[in-house]
Amino acid sequence: MTTMSDPPRESFRLSQLIYDTRYRSLTIQVVATILLAVMIFWLINNTVQNLAALGKDFDFGFLGQRAGYDINQRLLEYSSASTHGKAALIGILNTLLVAFLGCILATVLGVIAGVLRLSSNWVVARLMAVYVEGFRNVPLLLWIIAIFAVMTESTPSPRDFREGGSASMMLGDTLAVTNRGVYVPMPVWGPGSWVVVVVFLLSLVGIFAYRRLARKRQEATGQILPVFRVSLALFFLPAILAYFVMGGPVSLNYPELGGFNFDGGLHLRNSLIALWLALSLYTGAFIAEIVRGGILSVSKGQTEASFALGLRPNRTMNLVVLPQAMRVIVPPLISQYLNLTKNSSLAIAVGYMDARSTLGGITINQTGRELEGMLLLGAFYLVLSLAISGVMNIYNASIKLKER
Amino acid sequence: MSDTHAQTVRFVRQEMMPERAPPIREAGAVKWLRENLFSSWLNAILTLVSLYAVYYILSHVLPWMVFGIWDANSLTECRAVRDELYGENASVACWAVLADRWQQLMFGFYPSEFYWRPVLAVVVFLVALGPILFSGFPRQAIWFSAASPFLMYLLLWGGTIWGPLVVIVGFVIGVVAFQLLAKVAGNIVGGLASIILPILFWLFAAGPLASALAAALPIGLTFVPSDDFGGFMLSFIIGIAGITLSLPLGILLALGRQSDLFIINKVSVAFIEIIRGVPLIVWLFTASLLLNYFLPPGTNFDLMLRVIIMVTFFASAYIAEVVRGGLAALPRGQYEAADALGLDYAKSMRLIILPQALKISIPGIVNTFIGLFKDTTLVVFIGLLDPIGLSNAIRATTDWNGIYWELFVFIGLLFFICCFGMGRYSLWLERKLQTGHR
Repeated sequence: MTTMSDPPRESFRLSQLIYDTRYRSLTIQVVATILLAVMIFWLINNTVQNLAALGKDFDFGFLGQRAGYDINQRLLEYSSASTHGKAALIGILNTLLVAFLGCILATVLGVIAGVLRLSSNWVVARLMAVYVEGFRNVPLLLWIIAIFAVMTESTPSPRDFREGGSASMMLGDTLAVTNRGVYVPMPVWGPGSWVVVVVFLLSLVGIFAYRRLARKRQEATGQILPVFRVSLALFFLPAILAYFVMGGPVSLNYPELGGFNFDGGLHLRNSLIALWLALSLYTGAFIAEIVRGGILSVSKGQTEASFALGLRPNRTMNLVVLPQAMRVIVPPLISQYLNLTKNSSLAIAVGYMDARSTLGGITINQTGRELEGMLLLGAFYLVLSLAISGVMNIYNASIKLKER
Repeated sequence: MSDTHAQTVRFVRQEMMPERAPPIREAGAVKWLRENLFSSWLNAILTLVSLYAVYYILSHVLPWMVFGIWDANSLTECRAVRDELYGENASVACWAVLADRWQQLMFGFYPSEFYWRPVLAVVVFLVALGPILFSGFPRQAIWFSAASPFLMYLLLWGGTIWGPLVVIVGFVIGVVAFQLLAKVAGNIVGGLASIILPILFWLFAAGPLASALAAALPIGLTFVPSDDFGGFMLSFIIGIAGITLSLPLGILLALGRQSDLFIINKVSVAFIEIIRGVPLIVWLFTASLLLNYFLPPGTNFDLMLRVIIMVTFFASAYIAEVVRGGLAALPRGQYEAADALGLDYAKSMRLIILPQALKISIPGIVNTFIGLFKDTTLVVFIGLLDPIGLSNAIRATTDWNGIYWELFVFIGLLFFICCFGMGRYSLWLERKLQTGHR
């Protein structure tokens, strides 16, 4: 006995907006949008009112005005007559410089410390554990200030380098560590030196092409070409040959003591060195943990299997362990690079003129444009980190396990 | 068989040989040394080099620390004592600066007659932490933990007792409204009421009520303004407040980022990426320079509160990413199982998904907390007197002009103890919660 009844008449009741899952998500989104719009309107309205009350406008014209302050550390030509925009550019380049140097040194330190922490050598492993824990658990700011204090307090002043002084230059009179900074030899690019540079760049391209060729050959025929030795030769020989063919156009300008200070050479300021070392040591400790975790994540069975296949230890490392470890290591490694770049804004502690000190510091103080300055500064860092994480996403996609 | 065999063999030993000691190379300290320190030439060189490094560092640092001078009133006095005891220019620490100024390093310029209040707040904090961190406590103790923020606020800032009490009343109103309305009109109406009613209460009724009560019954502690806060007390307040507030916010953001709702998803993504993409120091400058632009004209609130808000936002964006990793690591089947059981979104998250996802993300969350606590030192740049700021202030006095390392070592050591302790706790928790078979 079946009783047929009409299907319930579709009528829309208001309560369906809340209780019917078909409509509920819509309700939530509409409410969220309204709340968001109200909040944004409220913030903008407040800002406009506050700006009006202070008699300020919203204008980026100050970037074209004369800056009127000096920047002692610069990669491009700059003087106090340059514009605020130029000063911001100098600061941004300085941020990128210390971030770049820091990433390289941090990677080197981190890889060494991470591998040595896994060493069977008890003393070395403990020493590296102390390094890692010590740097990870103490604020970076403290390390920057401490290293800066070492650089300025316990290094000799330039006048100690004079005859009969207590200090002497290192590495065959080419390098001087003073309390005003480190002086290193500076390359002088004579006429014709561009040929050497071009040859060097071409040989880099050559190395890359050769490696691809070798890999293609190996995949096609199984024949293994000697990659490392040829790459090494390609790296050095053409550039050295070009150097001598052109008659030695590149020479070094050594720092020399003249009067109360050093002349010539490249002057690396203490602020840069201290910031660089502190950032590298600090980030290196984190990278060491990442490297250690990556190596441990490759199970022992993989190594044993590759030995069983008859691969030699270095091939096992290169072909079996490293590719798998890199998949674990690289994403957090890149986010550490990102952290290092953002942490370089602590340059304020040592007076290094980075983007925050020029654009977000002196420029704001001189022009009174807090809103615009901070917006630009935030946008710079945001673009930088979005770019880096974009690269990371591409890399992640390329090394993702291809599961089928 | 064995009988015949016994005849063919010329000699069979009748008794066991006594056990002999293993060769020296394979036992005890020598074996350990061979295996751990001198297993190859490279290892031997590494060992010697690192032993020399350890010796070099310790030979400089240990005498400096151990022979340090504790009893002096200024750096010059310290040097005089040193010259007398160890001769000219001996390198020894002058710990006297800590003996002289440790109260300042701990409490900043908090009035010294009220030092018992922050100390009591720390005790309250530790007691309240117990039921949250360890499972061995009685369950009722969690109520004390819930009340502890108000108690700590009262102890630290002082003022009338009615302010915190009225805030608590708001929470009670929320709970009661939910209990009553949920039965009559369903969970959703009850939930909305439990959010809206307390907010209305705090906005309109709380202020007059608190001042009326304070006028009628003036009970309370002497008020201490935020400007007097400093030293490790400041770091702890910012750190603890940031940690407590950023965890729930971070979880909400992570859920928002995983959500299918377009607007919610995009807002969460934008919030997380913008906050994470910009250094904390820029956010702190924003808090000190710009926040007043975004608020109604004439509002001006405490710099410390602004810093706490910024630090909370910053940490919650990082926690959101960590939790998102945990959510993504859960097998799809867990989500489907929760749906199959007929649980709604809130229940499936609360009972099935989040407990597992949070367990996976414990190391990352604690690392974020450690980072947050270390980052509290950055407030020195916007004029708050954290330990590093106070070390600058102490160095600026005539008595202690020129003292560096003693203060750095002390500050570094205290931070190290806290951060290392948090890291160890996370390792312990990870092991305790581990249910997989490895």
